[in-house]
Amino acid sequence: MSLDLSVPGDLLRALAPELVLAVAGMAVLLVAAWRHRTAGDTRTVGWLGLVGLAAAAAAAGWLWWNGARANGAPAMIAVDDFRVVVDWLVLGATAVTVVLSFEYLERERLLVPEYYVLLLFATLGMMLMAGGDDLMVVFLGLELMSVSVYVLAGINRRSPAAAEAALKYFLLGAFASGFLLYGIALVYGATASTNLTQIGIQVRTLGLANNPMLLIGLGLLLVGFGFKVAAVPFHMWAPDVYDGAPTPVTGYMATAVKAAAFAALYRVLTEAFAGVPAWHEIVSGLAVATMVAGNVIALAQRTVKRMLAYSSVAHAGYLLVAVAVGGEAGAGALLVYLVAYALTTLAAFGLLAASGRDGERDVRIDDLAGLGQRRPWLAFALAVCMLSLLGFPGTAGFIGKWYILVAAADAGRLFLATVLVLTSVVSAGYYLPVIMAMYMKPEPFEQAHAGVRLGRLGAVAVAVSVVGVLFFGVRPNRLLDLARTTGEGLHAVPAASAAAPASSASPAIGR
Amino acid sequence: MYRDWVLTALIAWPTVAAAGVLLAPPRWAKHLALAASLIEFGLSVPLWWMFAPEGGVQFTLDAPWIQSWGIHYTVGVDGISLFMVLLTTFLVPLSVLGSYSYITTRERGFYSLLLVLTSGMIGVFVSLDLFLFYVMWELMLIPMYFIIGVWGGERRLYAAIKFFIYTFFGSLLMLAAILVLVHVVAQRTGVYSFAYSTLIAHVGGLGPLAFWLFGAFFLAFAIKVPMFPFHTWLPDAHVEAPTAGSVLLAGVLLKMGTYGFLRFALPLFPAVALHPGVQRIVVLLALIGIIYGGLVAMVQPDFKKLIAYSSVAHLGFVTLGIWALTLQSVQGALMVMINHGISTGALFFLVGMLYERRHSRLIEAFGGIARVVPMLAAVLTVVSLSSIGLPITNGFVGEFLVLVGVFRTYPLAALIATTGVIIAAMYMLPALQRVIYNPLDKPANEKLPDLSPRELAVLVPLIACILWIGVYPQPILRRIEPASRQLIQTVRLNAAAFTAAR
Repeated sequence: MSLDLSVPGDLLRALAPELVLAVAGMAVLLVAAWRHRTAGDTRTVGWLGLVGLAAAAAAAGWLWWNGARANGAPAMIAVDDFRVVVDWLVLGATAVTVVLSFEYLERERLLVPEYYVLLLFATLGMMLMAGGDDLMVVFLGLELMSVSVYVLAGINRRSPAAAEAALKYFLLGAFASGFLLYGIALVYGATASTNLTQIGIQVRTLGLANNPMLLIGLGLLLVGFGFKVAAVPFHMWAPDVYDGAPTPVTGYMATAVKAAAFAALYRVLTEAFAGVPAWHEIVSGLAVATMVAGNVIALAQRTVKRMLAYSSVAHAGYLLVAVAVGGEAGAGALLVYLVAYALTTLAAFGLLAASGRDGERDVRIDDLAGLGQRRPWLAFALAVCMLSLLGFPGTAGFIGKWYILVAAADAGRLFLATVLVLTSVVSAGYYLPVIMAMYMKPEPFEQAHAGVRLGRLGAVAVAVSVVGVLFFGVRPNRLLDLARTTGEGLHAVPAASAAAPASSASPAIGR
Repeated sequence: MYRDWVLTALIAWPTVAAAGVLLAPPRWAKHLALAASLIEFGLSVPLWWMFAPEGGVQFTLDAPWIQSWGIHYTVGVDGISLFMVLLTTFLVPLSVLGSYSYITTRERGFYSLLLVLTSGMIGVFVSLDLFLFYVMWELMLIPMYFIIGVWGGERRLYAAIKFFIYTFFGSLLMLAAILVLVHVVAQRTGVYSFAYSTLIAHVGGLGPLAFWLFGAFFLAFAIKVPMFPFHTWLPDAHVEAPTAGSVLLAGVLLKMGTYGFLRFALPLFPAVALHPGVQRIVVLLALIGIIYGGLVAMVQPDFKKLIAYSSVAHLGFVTLGIWALTLQSVQGALMVMINHGISTGALFFLVGMLYERRHSRLIEAFGGIARVVPMLAAVLTVVSLSSIGLPITNGFVGEFLVLVGVFRTYPLAALIATTGVIIAAMYMLPALQRVIYNPLDKPANEKLPDLSPRELAVLVPLIACILWIGVYPQPILRRIEPASRQLIQTVRLNAAAFTAAR
């Protein structure tokens, strides 16, 4: 299916997933406005939200099935497989978050049905970010996502920690948005366009690779995205915010938000700045700093939630390696790693939410002692998650890490590969103690784990994730094929338009 | 038929059985595990006769796994890996039987982990695809980590994490090296493949990169062996592990390091491995391992630790034999690998049995028990003598061949290594004397029970092997020889070709 995005009908078709989700979000908002008194109401809203997510995923699937491609002039939104895959990823992560939230909200007496509405809107923002072919769309999507998540982080109004987290996230996030916007302005100043494809063409035809304004703009963009993906040294907010936010929201931030930000970052860098090789080195530097700092600081953490927060910083470093490598292999590795990481992290936070009593901020790693005997399935699932985060063979985390290493080695970035490997060894120092506590230390006292409860829905969500982690660890073929074709598709676009800049692109500017 | 599926069955069966053990009632766990491991052994026995010594790699099976990365599921055995597989399947049932009374808590978990470990060990020895090899190499880490950490002694947590981190560090470096190697070969041939045969055919002439790749492989294997400066995880892991863990650790897991030298480090990077400087360092480290391991073993008050350090010394012989690269020395190294698995396995069983009786592993806790437990004392004597390398025991065959072979390449090293044999007598015999002969001066030792039928069932097969290999090693040597000869040829030819090209 070939879509001419200057025709309104085709544009609507290209935007189908976002439109479906937006309509669903507003409909659910109306329901939430009328019915917001009982726990049952909150649940109803959550289920409706799930229906909306499924519909959006189906719409994305429709684009995929028809092999939708954009033709004609560069437009605001990209139509390619990369967008569809990232849409599925964030929609899936959101769905798991919703399912995990049902019981959590009731247990923590957070009966605010708007919670689910905010999740839907945040997801809409992510989809726009990942699909935006224009810096303005990317920015709008990013803001829609961020504002929703600021509120989600502070949704527990009784908790001072949540308030602190929300405020911190808001202030620093706003700051980062400022950087991003200023970067966009400078890039516009240098290239007279905010369209990614157009910028790419301008950079190449005008030879702007060493243009200071463009480079400063690029740097500011990287700072802005660096905040969103929690790359060192822009990660300072992450541990406190992750720590203070409700656990399902933390899982959501660590997976969906990160996935969307990485997808947008990757698209911006490879489409707009393909002609500016400098970013490879900058991103490599960020990756090294993030891997080292994230892993080393995580070693010192005693509570599980904070440990997972720093571990998510460390994983941002691994993902940055994939970004720094670039190319088809980089895109494929990024997607595979995001899938593996999202599955694992969602399950881990779901399990953490289950083992928390009155706020899981206080669950220390040692508090898990003896869980292996008391709750064998739960402990097994958490152990699988830890091994997957560690990148152990047989789990999806290993396939992801392997792909990144392959991509790095093929691109000749041996230093990055070496740092990744060495920091992975360090990470064993904080993932293993969790397993050790669960299986090798005795229960501190009788009934220590009596409060550990994972509801039926939560259990299903966690089980699906863990089975996914193990399945992709052994049989990743489909996932790899998907990622590879997606990566090829993403890189085919700028090459095709660069080949014929005079015929198609220049008249488009005039029009 | 059998030729195609036997190795896959050997890998898959224990894991399947492990699931069964996990789901069965707890009191059946050990019996089921014993049955499963005996079936595994039974499956592997025909390999001995069906293996054709001159036939190269056999019993192969090749199936695509992750095609987009050129990864295949490829398994097969040759004369080098055949005996490692047989040693594994032979030791596992004994380990299960030897744990019957030692393991009293969480039995289902223990026995299923033991079976999963078996899958991993077999997988490492039969993999002919580097991805598969790496996966198996890592996979067997987890069961061992749990076996030490859950059922180990007092300092088990420390020992378990030390074991894990050391090995994990080495293997991740190896992972990076595998990736780079595959990438370089892919650039030359245009085919992205992890197949051992492809890599070995196109790996020559890497220049300085080969040095780093060799270094990564070497480090991973040297940690596993363990060679001298990387050996510190071993005494901790051995002392804390339960008996079955120690037996399999010494009997099989350590051999993975030397097997790695033979299968990967030397054939893939012959020019680096035979570079005079590298050779000198490796031989020196191996000699230090032999002498230092022996000297440290001499002063150990803890019997289990003594055996652990003696392992460092024995594996020094193996490394020395491999690097000397003469037919005798390589055959000898393989023999030492087999013999060490049998003798040291038996020693660990015996120490475990002593521990179950007295709840102490200290040598000084015993004394004069020969009169109380004559059978145990007799077995311990035979096994200790085989560990020293007395003629007509298996230990003699291997070390003698290594020394003869090494003498032709490094006469001085052979001379120094010979003192290692003397040192072995100097730590083993006094320990033996203090445990079973001296006066019976401790009342606690007066009523020790002698070997039970179950314990005899564990030890008799081991003793039989000790004597059989000691008297008539020919069947084994005959099967090892062609593969060793071919290995030496490949390495020498490749190294020579490279030097000539330079």
